[in-house]
Amino acid sequence: MGLKPSDFRVPQVYADWCPGCGDFGIMNGLQMAFAELGLEPHQIVMVSGIGCSGKEPHNVKAYGVHTLHGRTLPFAMGIKVANPRLEVLAIGGDGDGLGIGAGHFVNAGRKNLDMTYIIHNNGVYGLTKGQASPTLRLGIQTKALPKPNINEAVNSIGLAIISGFTFAARSYAYDVRHLKETIKKAIQHKGLAFIDCLQPCPTYNNITTKDWYSGEDRKDPTTGKPQSRLYKLEETGFDPNVRDWSEDFQKKIAAMDKAREWGDAIPIGVFYKNELEPTFQERISKRIPFYVDRPPAKQKLGDENGFSKVDLTKFMKGLKTS
Amino acid sequence: MAGGAQGSGVDTAANIFGKACGYGGLYVFGRREYHSNIKGLHSYFHLRISPKEILANVNDVDLLAAFDAETAVRHINEVVSEGGIIIGSRQMNTKVLDIPTLPPELKAEHVRFMKEKTVGETLNDWLNYAKQKNVHVFHVPYMKLLSQIGEKLGIQKISKITRMINVLTIGVSFALFKYDRNLAEKAVRDTFSEKPRIADMNVTALNHAYDYAEENFKNDFKRRLEKTAVNEERLFLTGNQAVAMGKVLGGCRVQTYYPITPAADESEYLEANQILKTGGEDEAIIVIQTEDEIAAVNSASGAALAGARAATSTSGPGFSLMAEGLSWAGNSEVPLVITYYQRGAPATGLPTRNGQADLRFAMHAGHGEFPRIILASGDIQECFYDSAKVFNLAEKYQMPVIHLLDKAMANCSQTYPIFDYGKFKIERGELLTEKDLEGKEYQRFRFTETGVSPRVVLGTKNGIHWYAGDEHNEIGHISEEPRNRRLMVEKRMKKLELVEKEVPFEDKLKFYGDTDSENIVVSWGSPKGAIIESLEKLKQEGFSIGFIQVRLVHPLPTEEVKKTLEGKKRIIDVEDNFSGQLGGIIKEQTGIAPNYHVLKYTGRPMTTTEVYEALKAILTEKASEREVLMFGA
Repeated sequence: MGLKPSDFRVPQVYADWCPGCGDFGIMNGLQMAFAELGLEPHQIVMVSGIGCSGKEPHNVKAYGVHTLHGRTLPFAMGIKVANPRLEVLAIGGDGDGLGIGAGHFVNAGRKNLDMTYIIHNNGVYGLTKGQASPTLRLGIQTKALPKPNINEAVNSIGLAIISGFTFAARSYAYDVRHLKETIKKAIQHKGLAFIDCLQPCPTYNNITTKDWYSGEDRKDPTTGKPQSRLYKLEETGFDPNVRDWSEDFQKKIAAMDKAREWGDAIPIGVFYKNELEPTFQERISKRIPFYVDRPPAKQKLGDENGFSKVDLTKFMKGLKTS
Repeated sequence: MAGGAQGSGVDTAANIFGKACGYGGLYVFGRREYHSNIKGLHSYFHLRISPKEILANVNDVDLLAAFDAETAVRHINEVVSEGGIIIGSRQMNTKVLDIPTLPPELKAEHVRFMKEKTVGETLNDWLNYAKQKNVHVFHVPYMKLLSQIGEKLGIQKISKITRMINVLTIGVSFALFKYDRNLAEKAVRDTFSEKPRIADMNVTALNHAYDYAEENFKNDFKRRLEKTAVNEERLFLTGNQAVAMGKVLGGCRVQTYYPITPAADESEYLEANQILKTGGEDEAIIVIQTEDEIAAVNSASGAALAGARAATSTSGPGFSLMAEGLSWAGNSEVPLVITYYQRGAPATGLPTRNGQADLRFAMHAGHGEFPRIILASGDIQECFYDSAKVFNLAEKYQMPVIHLLDKAMANCSQTYPIFDYGKFKIERGELLTEKDLEGKEYQRFRFTETGVSPRVVLGTKNGIHWYAGDEHNEIGHISEEPRNRRLMVEKRMKKLELVEKEVPFEDKLKFYGDTDSENIVVSWGSPKGAIIESLEKLKQEGFSIGFIQVRLVHPLPTEEVKKTLEGKKRIIDVEDNFSGQLGGIIKEQTGIAPNYHVLKYTGRPMTTTEVYEALKAILTEKASEREVLMFGA
């Protein structure tokens, strides 16, 4: 026991992200979080969509399901419902989750499955060479865009909260320690957890770069040190935890207010957390008390000779004509 | 036949009627027709009843219970001589062309009819026309009967019991048929078994109407329904119900769906009965209503990868949205089951009507080339067994299986001897466990002789592997290498050879009638019943003709089909579509083309009457190469 982050590496796969890509940081954060939580590779399923982020599971030793563009959450839902004992993580890009998959994003909130969803947020569609993603702000012109972006950005944290995600956080791909801690919190959260991971694209996003986040352009005149644009919510005394339903609305409002911040002060950390809301698993268990003990994936369908054991008498009762 | 505005209890009435006949040992075949509408538009249920097994509908109506004027108008020409029409006495002065729910294109037909037959403008005029053709018209004063029933029950407001008009028509109908009223009463009680008070009220209404008809209509009506003794248990069920039960039998434990006609009833029925008795520990099926069909197909794939037998149910528009997910499942060799109820298409088409125009779509949907199986059931009993079998196929060959059905089967109801399901065997194919994997290097997509690689479900210790929608190597990581690509494509595609080799003959083709004859019908899906009944009739008249029902429509059992069709004089393709899709596929794959087509695309299923007429015309050289059927309101 006691696996190390390196035990979650996949040596036979070359991670083909661009040099300096934030995806490496997320990969490291995942491997560290899994090791620190004492998880074993076979207990974890990482489900991803299309784009550079979609390759994340291939670089982590765990069950990996690299799916279709935008469909990360439906695949993850099917896996989690069939076997709720699995630790399921959905991984996707901003275009994947908030563009083509936005309908799934919103509806996932309604189910509150006990799993984690991490969005790689870099403002561009990298793998198709830099088009604007749904998190790129209005008027911004990253280098591959022929004209400034004509659409306003979606507020991913805000959308998660109003959609029913019961945990919403933001982290940063280059602050691996913060990211690792955030991933751990998300996995440990009882319910659907969302992490908006700021992940600079070194090739196509020349605006919100690593240097921009770390504030290389605004050095303290006295010390000469860059002043980071990111600040940690947990260091400001911000309390995202809903301990009683009576404070839920205020906590949501406070989180939404924080989610509006951008520019020279961008909050990272946990915005909202509520474990009072029943998870999908708990909702099913109310109808089917043995659900977790004998979930769909674990049911024995045939007897020792393979004959189906199911008794259809109940179904046939209402249909019999004698 | 019972008909009326949607929401006026037509279905309930027909089900009670069918049940009551079933209790009397009679076989029933019911066809349900309805508009895409919640309340107000015309719907009807056509029940055919006989002491012998019935496989399809016919054109004739012996007794029409019209809940409203529109029903009488729409079906008046279907009622046979010496048949009857039951109608409320208040409807008589209704002007036919003023009925607001009749569409203009139908009114135009009515105008022509009135002119041609010199029929007047009121319903009364129309019924008089029917009387001239020896049809009995039974006027029932529903409001008067309801107020009498209200008195009996101590209910003042008649509006509270007008819902029971449907039960009054059942009472009148059974009195006319001189059928045992106790069986009708039993059917009413059974239908409302969870609401004893409602059951009592309906039984009172039933008997009141029965008494009224016995007293007032004496011996005008000559048709009879007589109960017979039976010594077997029987079921009266719809295709939707049969599919749901078949899935449970086949081990389906996750069903996903997005609401769509005519598929949704199946999922609701499953959810209502989701806790399953298994003889040992109870099991359950999880039914998930997703946000769209894209989520439905992909979450079913996810569940299948995790080791549950999983399915999704839909019809054409939903399946269109599933195309990309289907391609992923084909590429990743997922044992995914899609239950596909065809309906009138394209686009929204005829959402509540029948069609068989999606065969080629089911075959080709999804980008790229990947193996799939398409199994088409032809009747409700096949719906049941096939719904279980498809899970074995999906897991043994690790590919998506499309169970292709249609609205006719989904919504028709039929009597069968009780299903003997105890012999159904679960075959999970090559499935490795933690123990099998100990100390070994596992490769999910290992190249094998058959193309089937032993499967491991997500979460199994020692079995870590990856899936990618990209082309992948044996372990599941992305690979764009040409040699690996070639081997992977061939690995996937050659599984179809195994399918062709291993699927039992009766799941590929079924033969009926005289298949050695020079005349042969080819068809698939719901026309089956009407074809078999037509063949029996033709045989009695001395014609020789056979029928092959294609069940495994993909991969098509080419050699077997070729062998059967070679040298035939008349090959008659019967399908509910415009272009004769199966006929075309047979031509493509065997080089033998059907020389006659009997086609229907009105959205109403084929009846025995019209199929028989078309086949007879073909056999006697009186038909064109393309007979288009039209029957049904």
